[in-house]
Amino acid sequence: MRKIYLHVLLLFLGVLGAHGQIKNKPAAADSSNYQSRKLKLDEINLVSAYYHQNGNNSAVTGGIGTEKLTDFANTIDLQMSKFNKAGKKNTFLFELGVDHYTSASSDKIDPSTISSASMADTRIYPSLNWTQSNEKTGNAFGFTGSFSKEYDYQSLGAGFNLTRLSKDKNTQFDFKLQAFLDTWKVILPIELRPATSGGNGRESRSEGSSPRNSFSTSFSISQVINPKLQALLIIEPAYQKGLLATKYQRDYFTDGSLRAETLPDKRYKLPIAARLNYFATDQVIIRTYYRYFMDNWGIRAHTAEIEVPVKLTSFISLSPFYRYNQQTGTRYFAPYGQHDPSATYFTSDYDLSTLNSDFYGAGIRLAPPHGVFGWQHLNMLELRYGHYSRSTGLVSDIITLNLKVK
Amino acid sequence: MKKSIPIAVLLGSAIFALSLLSACATVKPYQKNKLNDSEMALSSRTAQKFEQSFQLYREGGSGANGGKSGGGCGCN
Repeated sequence: MRKIYLHVLLLFLGVLGAHGQIKNKPAAADSSNYQSRKLKLDEINLVSAYYHQNGNNSAVTGGIGTEKLTDFANTIDLQMSKFNKAGKKNTFLFELGVDHYTSASSDKIDPSTISSASMADTRIYPSLNWTQSNEKTGNAFGFTGSFSKEYDYQSLGAGFNLTRLSKDKNTQFDFKLQAFLDTWKVILPIELRPATSGGNGRESRSEGSSPRNSFSTSFSISQVINPKLQALLIIEPAYQKGLLATKYQRDYFTDGSLRAETLPDKRYKLPIAARLNYFATDQVIIRTYYRYFMDNWGIRAHTAEIEVPVKLTSFISLSPFYRYNQQTGTRYFAPYGQHDPSATYFTSDYDLSTLNSDFYGAGIRLAPPHGVFGWQHLNMLELRYGHYSRSTGLVSDIITLNLKVK
Repeated sequence: MKKSIPIAVLLGSAIFALSLLSACATVKPYQKNKLNDSEMALSSRTAQKFEQSFQLYREGGSGANGGKSGGGCGCN
Protein backbone atom coordinates (compact mmCIF):
# COMPACT_ATOMS: atom_id res chain seq x y z
CA MET A 1 0.00 0.00 0.00
CA ARG A 2 2.87 2.32 0.97
CA LYS A 3 4.48 1.55 -2.43
CA ILE A 4 1.33 2.66 -4.19
CA TYR A 5 1.24 5.99 -2.28
CA LEU A 6 4.92 6.52 -3.06
CA HIS A 7 4.35 5.82 -6.76
CA VAL A 8 1.40 8.25 -6.90
CA LEU A 9 3.45 10.89 -5.08
CA LEU A 10 6.41 10.41 -7.43
CA LEU A 11 4.12 10.56 -10.45
CA PHE A 12 2.55 13.79 -9.14
CA LEU A 13 5.96 15.29 -8.46
CA GLY A 14 7.10 14.13 -11.86
CA VAL A 15 4.16 15.87 -13.53
CA LEU A 16 4.81 19.04 -11.54
CA GLY A 17 8.49 18.85 -12.40
CA ALA A 18 7.77 18.37 -16.07
CA HIS A 19 5.34 21.26 -16.10
CA GLY A 20 7.86 23.35 -14.23
CA GLN A 21 10.33 22.99 -17.11
CA ILE A 22 7.90 24.60 -19.57
CA LYS A 23 8.16 28.33 -19.82
CA ASN A 24 4.59 29.55 -19.76
CA LYS A 25 3.82 31.96 -22.64
CA PRO A 26 0.91 34.38 -22.54
CA ALA A 27 -2.10 33.04 -24.45
CA ALA A 28 -2.06 34.16 -28.10
CA ALA A 29 -4.78 36.61 -29.12
CA ASP A 30 -7.60 35.19 -31.25
CA SER A 31 -6.63 36.01 -34.79
CA SER A 32 -9.57 34.37 -36.56
CA ASN A 33 -11.49 37.61 -36.99
CA TYR A 34 -8.52 39.92 -37.36
CA GLN A 35 -8.47 42.22 -40.40
CA SER A 36 -6.08 45.01 -41.19
CA ARG A 37 -7.85 48.35 -41.01
CA LYS A 38 -5.32 50.23 -43.12
CA LEU A 39 -6.22 51.27 -46.65
CA LYS A 40 -4.70 48.60 -48.86
CA LEU A 41 -4.06 48.69 -52.59
CA ASP A 42 -5.67 45.49 -53.93
CA GLU A 43 -4.96 45.79 -57.62
CA ILE A 44 -4.26 48.09 -60.53
CA ASN A 45 -5.70 47.51 -63.98
CA LEU A 46 -4.27 49.15 -67.05
CA VAL A 47 -6.22 48.86 -70.28
CA SER A 48 -5.04 50.31 -73.59
CA ALA A 49 -6.70 49.94 -76.95
CA TYR A 50 -5.99 51.08 -80.47
CA TYR A 51 -9.01 51.28 -82.77
CA HIS A 52 -9.11 52.05 -86.48
CA GLN A 53 -12.13 52.14 -88.79
CA ASN A 54 -12.88 52.97 -92.40
CA GLY A 55 -16.07 53.22 -94.40
CA ASN A 56 -17.97 55.38 -96.83
CA ASN A 57 -21.15 56.53 -95.10
CA SER A 58 -20.18 59.54 -93.03
CA ALA A 59 -23.16 61.11 -91.26
CA VAL A 60 -21.44 64.51 -91.24
CA THR A 61 -21.71 64.68 -95.03
CA GLY A 62 -25.22 63.26 -95.16
CA GLY A 63 -24.42 59.56 -95.55
CA ILE A 64 -21.56 59.74 -98.04
CA GLY A 65 -17.82 60.19 -97.65
CA THR A 66 -15.08 58.84 -95.45
CA GLU A 67 -15.70 57.46 -92.00
CA LYS A 68 -11.97 57.05 -91.32
CA LEU A 69 -11.33 57.28 -87.61
CA THR A 70 -8.63 56.27 -85.14
CA ASP A 71 -8.93 56.16 -81.39
CA PHE A 72 -6.21 55.49 -78.84
CA ALA A 73 -7.92 54.77 -75.54
CA ASN A 74 -6.40 54.18 -72.13
CA THR A 75 -7.71 53.63 -68.63
CA ILE A 76 -6.04 53.03 -65.32
CA ASP A 77 -8.03 51.88 -62.35
CA LEU A 78 -6.91 51.49 -58.77
CA GLN A 79 -8.84 49.28 -56.39
CA MET A 80 -8.22 49.91 -52.71
CA SER A 81 -9.93 48.44 -49.67
CA LYS A 82 -10.19 49.00 -45.95
CA PHE A 83 -12.10 47.28 -43.14
CA ASN A 84 -13.99 49.48 -40.71
CA LYS A 85 -14.38 48.81 -36.97
CA ALA A 86 -17.61 46.87 -37.59
CA GLY A 87 -15.76 44.50 -39.91
CA LYS A 88 -17.39 45.85 -43.10
CA LYS A 89 -15.20 46.07 -46.17
CA ASN A 90 -14.98 49.44 -47.91
CA THR A 91 -13.75 49.23 -51.48
CA PHE A 92 -12.70 52.31 -53.43
CA LEU A 93 -12.35 52.06 -57.19
CA PHE A 94 -10.77 55.05 -58.88
CA GLU A 95 -10.63 55.09 -62.65
CA LEU A 96 -9.04 57.58 -64.99
CA GLY A 97 -9.61 57.30 -68.72
CA VAL A 98 -8.05 59.24 -71.58
CA ASP A 99 -9.09 58.79 -75.22
CA HIS A 100 -7.43 60.54 -78.09
CA TYR A 101 -9.20 60.28 -81.42
CA THR A 102 -8.90 61.67 -84.92
CA SER A 103 -11.90 61.68 -87.22
CA ALA A 104 -11.65 62.55 -90.90
CA SER A 105 -15.43 62.76 -91.29
CA SER A 106 -15.87 65.28 -88.47
CA ASP A 107 -13.39 67.50 -90.25
CA LYS A 108 -16.11 68.09 -92.84
CA ILE A 109 -18.15 70.17 -90.37
CA ASP A 110 -16.24 73.11 -91.74
CA PRO A 111 -13.89 71.96 -94.52
CA SER A 112 -12.40 75.42 -94.89
CA THR A 113 -10.78 75.34 -91.46
CA ILE A 114 -7.56 73.51 -90.78
CA SER A 115 -8.84 71.96 -87.57
CA SER A 116 -12.53 71.70 -86.84
CA ALA A 117 -14.25 70.63 -83.63
CA SER A 118 -13.71 66.90 -83.75
CA MET A 119 -10.93 66.41 -86.27
CA ALA A 120 -8.80 65.45 -83.30
CA ASP A 121 -9.88 65.55 -79.71
CA THR A 122 -9.07 64.18 -76.30
CA ARG A 123 -11.63 62.94 -73.82
CA ILE A 124 -10.73 62.70 -70.14
CA TYR A 125 -13.01 60.82 -67.77
CA PRO A 126 -12.25 60.16 -64.10
CA SER A 127 -14.67 58.26 -61.83
CA LEU A 128 -14.77 57.09 -58.22
CA ASN A 129 -16.86 54.27 -56.78
CA TRP A 130 -17.21 53.47 -53.08
CA THR A 131 -18.77 50.14 -52.14
CA GLN A 132 -19.33 48.81 -48.65
CA SER A 133 -19.75 45.05 -48.36
CA ASN A 134 -20.37 42.51 -45.67
CA GLU A 135 -17.95 39.69 -46.40
CA LYS A 136 -19.98 37.15 -44.40
CA THR A 137 -23.27 37.70 -46.23
CA GLY A 138 -21.91 39.06 -49.52
CA ASN A 139 -24.43 41.92 -49.45
CA ALA A 140 -23.12 45.30 -50.61
CA PHE A 141 -24.08 48.80 -51.62
CA GLY A 142 -22.17 51.69 -53.13
CA PHE A 143 -22.11 55.04 -54.90
CA THR A 144 -20.32 56.31 -58.00
CA GLY A 145 -19.45 59.78 -59.20
CA SER A 146 -18.05 60.42 -62.67
CA PHE A 147 -17.01 63.20 -65.00
CA SER A 148 -16.20 63.32 -68.68
CA LYS A 149 -14.88 66.20 -70.73
CA GLU A 150 -14.00 66.75 -74.36
CA TYR A 151 -14.05 69.83 -76.58
CA ASP A 152 -17.78 70.03 -77.26
CA TYR A 153 -19.15 67.66 -74.63
CA GLN A 154 -19.21 67.52 -70.85
CA SER A 155 -20.83 64.87 -68.66
CA LEU A 156 -21.50 64.60 -64.93
CA GLY A 157 -22.54 61.19 -63.66
CA ALA A 158 -23.84 59.68 -60.44
CA GLY A 159 -24.77 56.13 -59.59
CA PHE A 160 -25.97 53.78 -56.87
CA ASN A 161 -25.37 50.02 -56.75
CA LEU A 162 -26.81 47.31 -54.52
CA THR A 163 -25.93 43.60 -54.26
CA ARG A 164 -27.89 40.94 -52.35
CA LEU A 165 -26.66 37.38 -52.09
CA SER A 166 -28.70 34.35 -51.06
CA LYS A 167 -27.69 32.43 -47.91
CA ASP A 168 -26.14 29.60 -49.92
CA LYS A 169 -24.42 32.24 -52.14
CA ASN A 170 -25.75 30.59 -55.30
CA THR A 171 -28.11 33.40 -56.26
CA GLN A 172 -27.07 37.03 -56.57
CA PHE A 173 -29.26 40.03 -57.25
CA ASP A 174 -27.74 43.31 -58.44
CA PHE A 175 -29.41 46.66 -58.84
CA LYS A 176 -27.90 49.78 -60.39
CA LEU A 177 -29.22 53.28 -60.81
CA GLN A 178 -27.30 55.70 -63.04
CA ALA A 179 -27.74 59.30 -64.14
CA PHE A 180 -25.61 61.27 -66.58
CA LEU A 181 -26.20 64.99 -66.85
CA ASP A 182 -24.53 66.11 -70.05
CA THR A 183 -24.03 69.40 -71.82
CA TRP A 184 -23.36 69.50 -75.53
CA LYS A 185 -22.17 72.50 -77.52
CA VAL A 186 -24.42 72.90 -80.55
CA ILE A 187 -22.20 73.06 -83.62
CA LEU A 188 -23.85 73.37 -87.02
CA PRO A 189 -22.29 72.56 -90.40
CA ILE A 190 -20.64 75.69 -91.85
CA GLU A 191 -23.31 76.34 -94.50
CA LEU A 192 -26.17 76.17 -91.97
CA ARG A 193 -24.79 78.64 -89.47
CA PRO A 194 -26.54 81.98 -89.03
CA ALA A 195 -24.48 84.86 -90.38
CA THR A 196 -24.05 86.27 -86.86
CA SER A 197 -22.15 83.22 -85.66
CA GLY A 198 -19.66 83.17 -88.51
CA GLY A 199 -15.97 83.54 -87.88
CA ASN A 200 -12.86 81.55 -87.59
CA GLY A 201 -12.48 81.12 -83.82
CA ARG A 202 -13.51 77.82 -82.24
CA GLU A 203 -16.02 79.42 -79.88
CA SER A 204 -17.78 81.27 -82.67
CA ARG A 205 -18.78 77.95 -84.22
CA SER A 206 -21.02 77.05 -81.31
CA GLU A 207 -24.71 78.01 -81.31
CA GLY A 208 -24.87 77.66 -77.53
CA SER A 209 -25.23 74.58 -75.38
CA SER A 210 -27.94 72.01 -74.96
CA PRO A 211 -28.53 69.39 -72.26
CA ARG A 212 -28.67 65.65 -72.85
CA ASN A 213 -29.57 63.69 -69.75
CA SER A 214 -29.54 59.91 -69.47
CA PHE A 215 -31.07 57.81 -66.71
CA SER A 216 -30.83 54.06 -66.47
CA THR A 217 -31.61 51.26 -64.06
CA SER A 218 -30.19 47.80 -64.21
CA PHE A 219 -31.65 44.68 -62.62
CA SER A 220 -29.67 41.48 -62.83
CA ILE A 221 -29.91 38.05 -61.29
CA SER A 222 -27.14 35.48 -61.47
CA GLN A 223 -27.65 31.85 -60.58
CA VAL A 224 -25.35 28.90 -60.02
CA ILE A 225 -27.08 26.01 -61.76
CA ASN A 226 -24.61 23.23 -61.05
CA PRO A 227 -20.85 22.99 -60.33
CA LYS A 228 -20.07 23.66 -64.02
CA LEU A 229 -22.82 26.00 -65.14
CA GLN A 230 -23.98 29.47 -64.17
CA ALA A 231 -26.26 32.06 -65.74
CA LEU A 232 -27.09 35.74 -65.60
CA LEU A 233 -30.17 37.68 -66.68
CA ILE A 234 -30.04 41.50 -67.05
CA ILE A 235 -32.77 44.03 -67.79
CA GLU A 236 -31.57 47.61 -68.22
CA PRO A 237 -34.28 50.16 -69.01
CA ALA A 238 -32.93 53.59 -69.95
CA TYR A 239 -34.39 57.00 -70.71
CA GLN A 240 -32.70 59.91 -72.47
CA LYS A 241 -33.92 63.46 -72.78
CA GLY A 242 -32.51 66.57 -74.44
CA LEU A 243 -30.47 67.04 -77.59
CA LEU A 244 -30.23 63.50 -78.94
CA ALA A 245 -29.46 64.52 -82.53
CA THR A 246 -25.94 65.41 -83.60
CA LYS A 247 -26.49 68.86 -85.03
CA TYR A 248 -23.36 68.97 -87.18
CA GLN A 249 -24.56 65.95 -89.16
CA ARG A 250 -26.18 66.90 -92.48
CA ASP A 251 -29.33 65.51 -94.11
CA TYR A 252 -30.13 65.93 -97.81
CA PHE A 253 -33.74 65.85 -99.05
CA THR A 254 -35.35 64.69 -102.28
CA ASP A 255 -35.87 68.34 -103.30
CA GLY A 256 -32.12 69.00 -102.96
CA SER A 257 -32.43 70.97 -99.72
CA LEU A 258 -30.17 70.49 -96.73
CA ARG A 259 -30.86 70.53 -92.98
CA ALA A 260 -29.05 69.57 -89.78
CA GLU A 261 -29.95 66.19 -88.28
CA THR A 262 -33.13 66.33 -86.20
CA LEU A 263 -34.33 63.54 -83.92
CA PRO A 264 -36.92 63.35 -81.10
CA ASP A 265 -35.75 64.77 -77.78
CA LYS A 266 -36.80 61.66 -75.84
CA ARG A 267 -35.63 58.10 -76.17
CA TYR A 268 -36.63 55.02 -74.18
CA LYS A 269 -34.44 51.94 -74.45
CA LEU A 270 -35.05 48.43 -73.19
CA PRO A 271 -32.19 45.95 -73.53
CA ILE A 272 -32.66 42.46 -72.10
CA ALA A 273 -29.67 40.13 -71.97
CA ALA A 274 -28.63 36.72 -70.74
CA ARG A 275 -25.26 35.10 -70.16
CA LEU A 276 -24.57 31.40 -69.77
CA ASN A 277 -21.09 30.14 -68.86
CA TYR A 278 -20.27 26.45 -68.96
CA PHE A 279 -17.09 24.68 -67.88
CA ALA A 280 -17.28 22.01 -70.59
CA THR A 281 -14.07 20.09 -69.93
CA ASP A 282 -10.96 20.69 -67.83
CA GLN A 283 -9.52 22.67 -70.77
CA VAL A 284 -12.55 24.24 -72.45
CA ILE A 285 -15.02 26.83 -71.18
CA ILE A 286 -17.97 28.13 -73.18
CA ARG A 287 -19.09 31.69 -72.57
CA THR A 288 -22.28 32.83 -74.30
CA TYR A 289 -24.23 36.09 -74.42
CA TYR A 290 -27.49 37.11 -76.03
CA ARG A 291 -29.24 40.50 -76.02
CA TYR A 292 -32.48 41.81 -77.41
CA PHE A 293 -32.77 45.59 -77.73
CA MET A 294 -35.75 47.80 -78.46
CA ASP A 295 -36.41 51.53 -78.31
CA ASN A 296 -39.14 54.03 -79.16
CA TRP A 297 -37.34 55.19 -82.33
CA GLY A 298 -38.10 51.83 -83.90
CA ILE A 299 -34.68 50.20 -83.47
CA ARG A 300 -34.80 46.48 -82.76
CA ALA A 301 -31.63 44.44 -82.41
CA HIS A 302 -30.44 40.93 -81.65
CA THR A 303 -26.87 40.41 -80.47
CA ALA A 304 -25.33 36.98 -79.89
CA GLU A 305 -21.82 36.30 -78.72
CA ILE A 306 -19.78 33.17 -78.07
CA GLU A 307 -16.30 32.92 -76.63
CA VAL A 308 -14.48 29.63 -76.04
CA PRO A 309 -11.48 29.99 -73.72
CA VAL A 310 -9.16 27.01 -74.13
CA LYS A 311 -6.68 26.41 -71.31
CA LEU A 312 -3.38 25.55 -72.96
CA THR A 313 -1.88 25.17 -69.47
CA SER A 314 -3.27 26.03 -66.04
CA PHE A 315 -2.01 29.59 -66.48
CA ILE A 316 -2.34 30.30 -70.20
CA SER A 317 -5.61 30.41 -72.10
CA LEU A 318 -6.50 31.23 -75.68
CA SER A 319 -9.99 32.64 -76.30
CA PRO A 320 -11.41 32.81 -79.81
CA PHE A 321 -14.68 34.76 -79.97
CA TYR A 322 -17.47 35.65 -82.40
CA ARG A 323 -20.23 38.24 -82.10
CA TYR A 324 -23.16 38.71 -84.46
CA ASN A 325 -25.46 41.72 -84.42
CA GLN A 326 -28.55 42.28 -86.48
CA GLN A 327 -30.46 45.54 -86.26
CA THR A 328 -33.62 47.00 -87.75
CA GLY A 329 -32.97 50.72 -88.17
CA THR A 330 -34.90 53.70 -86.89
CA ARG A 331 -37.91 54.92 -88.84
CA TYR A 332 -36.17 58.33 -89.17
CA PHE A 333 -33.27 57.00 -91.27
CA ALA A 334 -32.87 57.57 -94.99
CA PRO A 335 -29.71 57.53 -97.14
CA TYR A 336 -28.16 60.57 -98.86
CA GLY A 337 -30.71 62.67 -100.77
CA GLN A 338 -33.69 60.44 -99.97
CA HIS A 339 -35.37 62.26 -97.08
CA ASP A 340 -38.93 63.47 -97.52
CA PRO A 341 -38.94 67.31 -97.19
CA SER A 342 -42.09 67.09 -95.03
CA ALA A 343 -40.44 64.82 -92.42
CA THR A 344 -40.19 66.13 -88.85
CA TYR A 345 -37.31 63.90 -87.83
CA PHE A 346 -34.47 62.71 -90.07
CA THR A 347 -31.03 61.20 -89.92
CA SER A 348 -28.54 59.75 -92.41
CA ASP A 349 -26.42 58.26 -89.65
CA TYR A 350 -25.77 54.66 -90.74
CA ASP A 351 -25.20 53.65 -87.09
CA LEU A 352 -29.00 53.93 -86.80
CA SER A 353 -29.81 52.15 -90.07
CA THR A 354 -30.83 48.55 -90.75
CA LEU A 355 -27.63 46.51 -90.66
CA ASN A 356 -25.90 43.39 -89.53
CA SER A 357 -22.35 43.02 -88.31
CA ASP A 358 -19.76 40.36 -87.53
CA PHE A 359 -17.02 40.77 -84.96
CA TYR A 360 -14.46 38.03 -84.49
CA GLY A 361 -10.99 37.60 -83.09
CA ALA A 362 -9.06 36.03 -80.26
CA GLY A 363 -7.44 36.84 -76.96
CA ILE A 364 -4.56 35.33 -75.03
CA ARG A 365 -4.43 35.46 -71.25
CA LEU A 366 -1.38 34.76 -69.09
CA ALA A 367 -1.69 34.50 -65.31
CA PRO A 368 1.23 32.44 -63.96
CA PRO A 369 1.52 32.07 -60.16
CA HIS A 370 4.93 33.76 -60.01
CA GLY A 371 3.92 36.70 -62.21
CA VAL A 372 3.96 37.33 -65.94
CA PHE A 373 7.53 37.16 -67.35
CA GLY A 374 8.65 36.39 -63.78
CA TRP A 375 7.57 39.84 -62.52
CA GLN A 376 5.91 38.98 -59.22
CA HIS A 377 3.53 41.94 -59.19
CA LEU A 378 2.38 41.59 -62.80
CA ASN A 379 -0.47 39.24 -61.99
CA MET A 380 -2.16 38.97 -65.40
CA LEU A 381 -1.69 39.99 -69.03
CA GLU A 382 -4.41 39.77 -71.63
CA LEU A 383 -4.08 40.72 -75.28
CA ARG A 384 -7.11 40.75 -77.60
CA TYR A 385 -7.59 41.46 -81.28
CA GLY A 386 -10.92 41.81 -83.05
CA HIS A 387 -12.04 42.54 -86.61
CA TYR A 388 -15.44 44.12 -87.25
CA SER A 389 -17.31 44.25 -90.52
CA ARG A 390 -20.71 45.78 -91.09
CA SER A 391 -23.15 45.20 -93.94
CA THR A 392 -22.97 48.95 -94.73
CA GLY A 393 -19.31 48.53 -95.74
CA LEU A 394 -17.72 49.82 -92.55
CA VAL A 395 -14.74 47.79 -91.33
CA SER A 396 -12.63 48.21 -88.22
CA ASP A 397 -9.92 46.59 -86.15
CA ILE A 398 -9.22 46.86 -82.45
CA ILE A 399 -6.31 45.62 -80.38
CA THR A 400 -6.51 45.74 -76.59
CA LEU A 401 -3.96 45.12 -73.84
CA ASN A 402 -4.98 44.59 -70.22
CA LEU A 403 -2.37 44.39 -67.46
CA LYS A 404 -3.27 43.59 -63.88
CA VAL A 405 -0.80 44.50 -61.14
CA LYS A 406 -1.25 43.17 -57.61
CA MET B 1 -47.57 41.70 -84.68
CA LYS B 2 -44.91 44.27 -83.79
CA LYS B 3 -46.34 44.79 -80.29
CA SER B 4 -46.09 41.08 -79.60
CA ILE B 5 -42.26 41.14 -79.83
CA PRO B 6 -41.55 42.89 -76.48
CA ILE B 7 -44.16 40.74 -74.74
CA ALA B 8 -42.65 37.60 -76.24
CA VAL B 9 -39.17 38.69 -75.15
CA LEU B 10 -40.29 39.51 -71.61
CA LEU B 11 -42.21 36.25 -71.39
CA GLY B 12 -39.24 34.33 -72.77
CA SER B 13 -36.91 35.99 -70.26
CA ALA B 14 -39.25 35.18 -67.39
CA ILE B 15 -39.51 31.55 -68.50
CA PHE B 16 -35.72 31.41 -68.89
CA ALA B 17 -35.20 32.83 -65.36
CA LEU B 18 -37.76 30.48 -63.83
CA SER B 19 -36.34 27.45 -65.62
CA LEU B 20 -32.86 28.37 -64.33
CA LEU B 21 -34.10 28.67 -60.77
CA SER B 22 -36.02 25.41 -60.93
CA ALA B 23 -33.20 23.50 -62.66
CA CYS B 24 -30.44 24.48 -60.26
CA ALA B 25 -28.97 22.21 -57.64
CA THR B 26 -27.56 23.41 -54.34
CA VAL B 27 -23.86 23.84 -54.96
CA LYS B 28 -21.66 23.88 -51.86
CA PRO B 29 -18.70 26.29 -51.60
CA TYR B 30 -16.20 23.42 -51.90
CA GLN B 31 -17.83 22.40 -55.21
CA LYS B 32 -17.25 25.84 -56.75
CA ASN B 33 -13.62 25.51 -57.84
CA LYS B 34 -14.65 25.50 -61.53
CA LEU B 35 -17.22 28.28 -61.06
CA ASN B 36 -14.59 30.43 -59.34
CA ASP B 37 -12.22 30.14 -62.30
CA SER B 38 -11.54 33.62 -63.69
CA GLU B 39 -12.70 32.50 -67.16
CA MET B 40 -16.14 31.70 -65.70
CA ALA B 41 -16.84 35.25 -64.46
CA LEU B 42 -20.33 36.34 -65.51
CA SER B 43 -19.23 39.90 -66.14
CA SER B 44 -17.63 41.05 -69.38
CA ARG B 45 -13.86 40.81 -69.55
CA THR B 46 -12.04 44.00 -68.54
CA ALA B 47 -10.29 43.91 -71.91
CA GLN B 48 -13.69 44.08 -73.63
CA LYS B 49 -14.55 47.55 -72.34
CA PHE B 50 -13.27 49.40 -75.40
CA GLU B 51 -14.79 46.85 -77.81
CA GLN B 52 -18.18 47.46 -76.21
CA SER B 53 -17.56 51.20 -76.32
CA PHE B 54 -17.03 51.30 -80.10
CA GLN B 55 -19.97 48.93 -80.64
CA LEU B 56 -22.08 51.40 -78.67
CA TYR B 57 -21.12 54.13 -81.18
CA ARG B 58 -21.43 52.02 -84.33
CA GLU B 59 -24.75 50.36 -83.55
CA GLY B 60 -28.10 51.74 -82.43
CA GLY B 61 -28.63 49.14 -79.71
CA SER B 62 -26.68 49.25 -76.47
CA GLY B 63 -26.79 48.37 -72.80
CA ALA B 64 -27.14 45.25 -70.65
CA ASN B 65 -23.56 44.17 -71.13
CA GLY B 66 -21.89 46.01 -68.29
CA GLY B 67 -20.63 48.70 -70.66
CA LYS B 68 -21.39 52.38 -70.78
CA SER B 69 -25.07 53.21 -71.04
CA GLY B 70 -24.85 56.98 -71.08
CA GLY B 71 -22.56 59.91 -70.54
CA GLY B 72 -19.83 61.08 -72.85
CA CYS B 73 -20.30 61.80 -76.50
CA GLY B 74 -21.23 59.24 -79.11
CA CYS B 75 -20.66 61.50 -82.04
CA ASN B 76 -17.24 60.73 -83.48
